[in-house]
Amino acid sequence: MTEIFGVPIQALMGQLMLGLVSGSFYAMLSLGLAVIFGMLNIINFAHGALYMMGAFLAWMGLEYFALGYWQALLLAPLAVGLFGIVIERSMLQWLYKLDHLYGLLLTFGLALVIEGLFTNGYGVSGQPYSIPEELSGAFNLGFMFLPKYRAWVIVASLAVCFCTWFVIEKTRLGAYLRAATENPKLTQAFGINVPLMVMLTYGFGAALAGFAGVLAAPAIQVSPLMGSNLIIVVFAVVVIGGMGSILGSILTGLGLGVIEGLTKVFYPEASATVVFVIMAIVLMIRPAGLFGKER
Amino acid sequence: MSTEYLRISDLHAFYGESHILHGMDLVVNRGECVSLLGRNGAGRTTTLRAILGLTGRRSGSIMVNGRETIAMSTHRIAQLGVGYCPEERGIYASLSCEENLLMPPQVGSGGMHLDELYRMFPNLYERRHSQGTRLSGGEQQMLAMARILRSGARLLLLDEISEGLAPVIVQTLGQIIRALKEQGYTIVLVEQNFRFAAPLADRMYIVEHGQIAEEIAQGEIETKKELLQKYLGV
Repeated sequence: MTEIFGVPIQALMGQLMLGLVSGSFYAMLSLGLAVIFGMLNIINFAHGALYMMGAFLAWMGLEYFALGYWQALLLAPLAVGLFGIVIERSMLQWLYKLDHLYGLLLTFGLALVIEGLFTNGYGVSGQPYSIPEELSGAFNLGFMFLPKYRAWVIVASLAVCFCTWFVIEKTRLGAYLRAATENPKLTQAFGINVPLMVMLTYGFGAALAGFAGVLAAPAIQVSPLMGSNLIIVVFAVVVIGGMGSILGSILTGLGLGVIEGLTKVFYPEASATVVFVIMAIVLMIRPAGLFGKER
Repeated sequence: MSTEYLRISDLHAFYGESHILHGMDLVVNRGECVSLLGRNGAGRTTTLRAILGLTGRRSGSIMVNGRETIAMSTHRIAQLGVGYCPEERGIYASLSCEENLLMPPQVGSGGMHLDELYRMFPNLYERRHSQGTRLSGGEQQMLAMARILRSGARLLLLDEISEGLAPVIVQTLGQIIRALKEQGYTIVLVEQNFRFAAPLADRMYIVEHGQIAEEIAQGEIETKKELLQKYLGV
């Protein structure tokens, strides 16, 4: 059997693949956080709860309305996005002029409320959500088996991340968005409805979290606390990549997922902490993050 | 024939608790170039910002092309065809020179075409792929002017456009303003530089303590020298 540094290649590849899968989730979630922070100046602690809502809506859709995975993949992010818009209009919009701390506290509170409601209704034990038929099974790549669903998660999240990057960096709408992020008052003075863009940005960020949640539903158990388990790592990812950098958050998310996966192979004891160790090192060397600009 | 394009009556404006404008009254006719002169802190920049709703609380009346705008939100006012060139120029660092130029959406018909603007400002064509804030001060000022000309705005609010620029660039700007006047643009020119503004302006208002202190027509500059001396020290 082929070995690399004393590790069977199957195990290595398997963990690499798992690392890419978690990296895909990190990328999607940190991307949403970065977009929201850039435009709203709000550190969205409710992001994990929105992700959990996406997964739960997919599960509820199947349980109560017999909506399949593909419908859920479209409808759940839409619903989470609308929920985000309601949150933005009813609460967040009053906080933009205040210190970051207020937005952080409000969204943290919201996360607790949302998670509390779902825990109250469904308990903390997970609900199973099966992989859709088209994506069950695995590809035999010769040197390893690649479960189809994992491949799909990576492809889908990369596609979503790429589209988001493309829209923000390469289109007219993205130029409006970048302009409004940099100087909202002046951008509005050119005739752009900045408050509307801010609202839609939060809705989009929430929808992105919801989409990640639906993708996660078949991969892990759907539970009210699935978001809070993940979000701490995602915040570390955002800190490492640098707040407000689109490409930075995507690349950092994927990269850290892979590093985490490899740590599981070579030194499993450190796999849960490696991201935070990297965060500490990055903060010492580049306080603004790998891709961030010092302000 | 002179029709009013901008009429400000009894305008009060605040930044937080500070009361900056104390009942401004001024009129700008269609196709006219009017200059607001005065000392630093007299309220000239605030007047421009108040027209666009960029200050805090405002009261009074601001009519733009026959529409009352005092209760409108900033982007709605801009969409009436108001172009703003701020004192700090407001070039976006996250956009390239050309993206900066293309950023303001259309707020009226008859905006200049990109080719036309590049003919008017050849430097911008050469620097079109550079990051907006990497341009020189003069180029940034050209860019700040050019981008509102593309949007089809007919009322231009220009704040201290000659400030800190080399004399040759100031001259170019003067020629551009003249060209814009010929094309029928309505221009409000806030200026510190009296020598730049005086030959361009059809009328001048002297702003003092957040009010209009004096109105001077182009033909009265010679006869009102003492007044200018008193308010502006020129």
